[in-house]
Amino acid sequence: MLIAARDVTKTYPTADGPLTVLGGVSLTLDRGETLALTGESGSGKSTLLHLLAALDTADAGEIEVAGAALSGLSDAGRAALRREKIGLIFQQFNLIPSLDAGANLAFQARLAGRHDPDWCATLAGRLGLTDVLSRYPEQLSGGQQQRVAIGRALAARPQVLMADEPTGNLDEASSDRVAALMLELVAETGAGLLLVTHSERLAARAGRRLHLSGGRLAGAGTHARGAAE
Amino acid sequence: MTRTALAALLSHWRRRPGQLATLLMGLALATALWSAVQAINAEARASYDRAAGELGLSGLDALVRPGEPLAVVDFVALRRAGWLVSPVLEGRVAVGAGPPVSVLGVDFLSAPPGALPAGLAGLGEGEEPALLFTAPGVAFAAPALAERLRQAAPAGWPEIRADAAVPPGQVLTDIGAAERMLARPGEIDRLLILPDQPRARPPLAEVAPGLVREAGREQGEIARLTSSFHLNLTAFGLLSFAVGLFIVHGAIGLAVEQRRGTVRTLRALGLPTARLVALLLAEVVVLALVAGAAGVALGYVIAAALLPDVAATLRGLYGASVPGVLSFDPGWAAAGLAMALAGALVAAGQGLWRVARLPVLEAARPRAWATVSGRALRRQAGAGAVLLVAGIAAPLVAGGLGAGFALLAGLLLGAALTLPLALSAALALGAARARRPLTQWFWADTRQQLPGLSLALMALMLALAANIGVSTMVGSFRLTFTGWLDQRLAADLYARAGSGAEAEAIRGFAEARGAGLLPTAEVEARLDGAPGTIRGITDHPLYARSWPLLSSAPEVWTRVARGEAALVNEQLARRAGLAPGDPVGLGPGWALPIAGIYSDYGNPRGEAMVALPALQARFPQAVARDFGLVAPAGTGADALRAALVAETPLTEGAVIDQAHVKQISLAVFERTFAVTGALNVLTLAVAGVAMLTALLTLATMRLPQLAPVWALGLTRARLGRLDMARSSLLAALTFAAALPLGLAVAWALLAVVNVEAFGWRLPMHLFPRDWAVLLALSVAAALLAALVPARRLARTPPAAFLKVFADER
Repeated sequence: MLIAARDVTKTYPTADGPLTVLGGVSLTLDRGETLALTGESGSGKSTLLHLLAALDTADAGEIEVAGAALSGLSDAGRAALRREKIGLIFQQFNLIPSLDAGANLAFQARLAGRHDPDWCATLAGRLGLTDVLSRYPEQLSGGQQQRVAIGRALAARPQVLMADEPTGNLDEASSDRVAALMLELVAETGAGLLLVTHSERLAARAGRRLHLSGGRLAGAGTHARGAAE
Repeated sequence: MTRTALAALLSHWRRRPGQLATLLMGLALATALWSAVQAINAEARASYDRAAGELGLSGLDALVRPGEPLAVVDFVALRRAGWLVSPVLEGRVAVGAGPPVSVLGVDFLSAPPGALPAGLAGLGEGEEPALLFTAPGVAFAAPALAERLRQAAPAGWPEIRADAAVPPGQVLTDIGAAERMLARPGEIDRLLILPDQPRARPPLAEVAPGLVREAGREQGEIARLTSSFHLNLTAFGLLSFAVGLFIVHGAIGLAVEQRRGTVRTLRALGLPTARLVALLLAEVVVLALVAGAAGVALGYVIAAALLPDVAATLRGLYGASVPGVLSFDPGWAAAGLAMALAGALVAAGQGLWRVARLPVLEAARPRAWATVSGRALRRQAGAGAVLLVAGIAAPLVAGGLGAGFALLAGLLLGAALTLPLALSAALALGAARARRPLTQWFWADTRQQLPGLSLALMALMLALAANIGVSTMVGSFRLTFTGWLDQRLAADLYARAGSGAEAEAIRGFAEARGAGLLPTAEVEARLDGAPGTIRGITDHPLYARSWPLLSSAPEVWTRVARGEAALVNEQLARRAGLAPGDPVGLGPGWALPIAGIYSDYGNPRGEAMVALPALQARFPQAVARDFGLVAPAGTGADALRAALVAETPLTEGAVIDQAHVKQISLAVFERTFAVTGALNVLTLAVAGVAMLTALLTLATMRLPQLAPVWALGLTRARLGRLDMARSSLLAALTFAAALPLGLAVAWALLAVVNVEAFGWRLPMHLFPRDWAVLLALSVAAALLAALVPARRLARTPPAAFLKVFADER
């Protein structure tokens, strides 16, 4: 099991009192599995992804990622988990503006001490980036930037890939191309994929899907395996 | 991991070399000005230490014959009678084209222990001591002078050896060699009295009836006198450093803010926070050390350029001998680096703190570096007001130079902190009065730029206020000093007699020619407990007509002439809290009421004036050697001078006319403030750089604000011109704020700091023409600083503007 979350809750303080964003969410993700997490804006899907990616801490419940219980990890331990086991893809790409596309693509692999130039070159080729590796992010289109971000997430050969609205900033055609590439590469590497999206088109490409509403997992697609399990 | 993360952080600078250069330049300039001042101070202090080691001459009592040199027979008689004395002969002699050289002749055998310069190498190992005493002898001089003398010394001079322990400008040798060098065979200036004397020895009056015992001067007096001058320099150095730090703070703060996205990504990708902060800290340290090293090197160059003027100032004001050549001292270099490091860390502290506390999920776009809430502005202005009040209160609750500088610091920092709020209010007023839409946008947009520019504008205001303050002080001083010289130097000629015979010749000449004669004699004495000088004068109407009295009792000159009262200088009056009518102690058992107080600029010591006969009654050795001569009607000063030289044994050099004395005094004055002026200009230049930096960095963040206005129909060129107008407006508004602050600084310098540091107070004069020049300069500097970003804006391709809208989708 790559991810196992049990009864995860998260509450934020607001001017009108505490706001429960996640109220006891449980889910699992296996190796090689692709899971789409859908929901309306404000349903808590990004918050759940942030908790699973060890970017934030839950108020209650248990989360295990790649065999590590997040509640027992220090800040440095969570950083090491993100660095070595998780690949993250953001809606805003979050490339490092002062590094060129090639350096951005290889960045996390270098950070984790697992840089493989051949694999990076393969990824660049598969993602159609070979000709733009020396360009800086500001010189790339949105689709190109997102492909670099996908390459960066996969270059370190993570056990699990987590993507937050990875095509949210792209037009439909680019979105389809990027999604296809991402799923193809994830399948090749054998990593698990957790995909947060509000796009039905993208969610339909995942092997399994869960729907989050009002901070709780609700009935999802026929192939869902959510809290009830 | 560390290397990869560091490379990512450093790549920011690779992509923004201009920003890196600005940061390094700001820090280097700030360090340079600070270390230049430290280098100058260190050099001067080393000179004082060397001077203090000089034979211990000034500290020892000595025997002299008033108005005449001593002879070898006096020395022999005293030694035979058991008096432990050591002869000294000193004088100045011209050598080649350079300045005259001071020759100090001592008797190496009888000189008091520890009196020779500390660390004097002397003769080499195995050399016969007789080398010192037998012609031609050996003389020691500081390396630079030794080198010069080896080229230019006349025949018959002793062998010159370099010895760093000898004070600069001086040659130390055996008294026999000194007699030959000074062409004064058989003469002795004074006999130093060794501290430990045998108990049973005949009284002085018995052994050498004509000799007078002269008290030694206090050790370290020069260091004490000059400390205020050095404190002034240090304060200026700190001000320059503070102005430089504004640049560094802006550049580092901006760099941290611009990298918020990178920082967030690094954290999200698994770089621990502690490692990230450590890397940023290491980056700041490395940058500070690189810039600091460059700053120290630049500081050395500046100090070397300024040192001759400082040396002239110290010589002119205090008689302190400081070489005009700078030597490298690791101490101030290390202090300069430490200041650069500390300054950079202070400047980076806030940014690093934010990074350490930044939640990993914080929005990645640069937080509004260039925006600040109105509440924060008011809070900052509140802190400024507290500083202003504290500064103003400092001289009221505590005295001393420290309180004076606290006043200056409170004024400058307090006003700087309140500046952004004041400018914001002024711009809001402008916006409220604007009618046309473009004008309204201009005022509102200018106000929006204010937070991003406020550090640079604060630096500019500090530099402008310091400039106005210091130039007002110097200008006021110059006006007052010129008028004072006219009063003080009322005689046409000034002559110095080398002997009693020459003094008599001058008297006879004046009588024969019908010229007015103003003889004066001086003695060193303790005035109200502190070392000072008593000047004896004769009755002459010229004094009543022109002597610069600040306050006086009735019949001042009549009472002084009768020996019933004394005049004291302003320094003594302020130090001892004396006023006309109070008694002043002039030595053991002698006190006179004060008839008046006179201004005495440029003299750091206390001084009293009494009637010459009264002085001679108390101090028999007080022989009149200095004479002022007033030309009779129909005779010019030049003719009188020519006749004096022709008809008396006086040499050309012993007679000086009034115009020449004034010229020399004014030259000393100008050089005194040359250093301050140079530091002033450099500080202003640093502020200009701060402005350029801020505008350049803001320009990179301006596109999203300008794109909508461009889309609505303004050309890029017009936007560029508006940006230049905006810079000029802000510079002019800043100048308007700096002017009253500068005048307050001038008042603080004249009425508080000068009084504490030098003992005199000057009237304040205003110089509106200088202000107009400064206003023009600051607007020109702002225009120049805005030119590059404005040109860049005018040439920005439309695609870049369109990208703003594309990114917003």
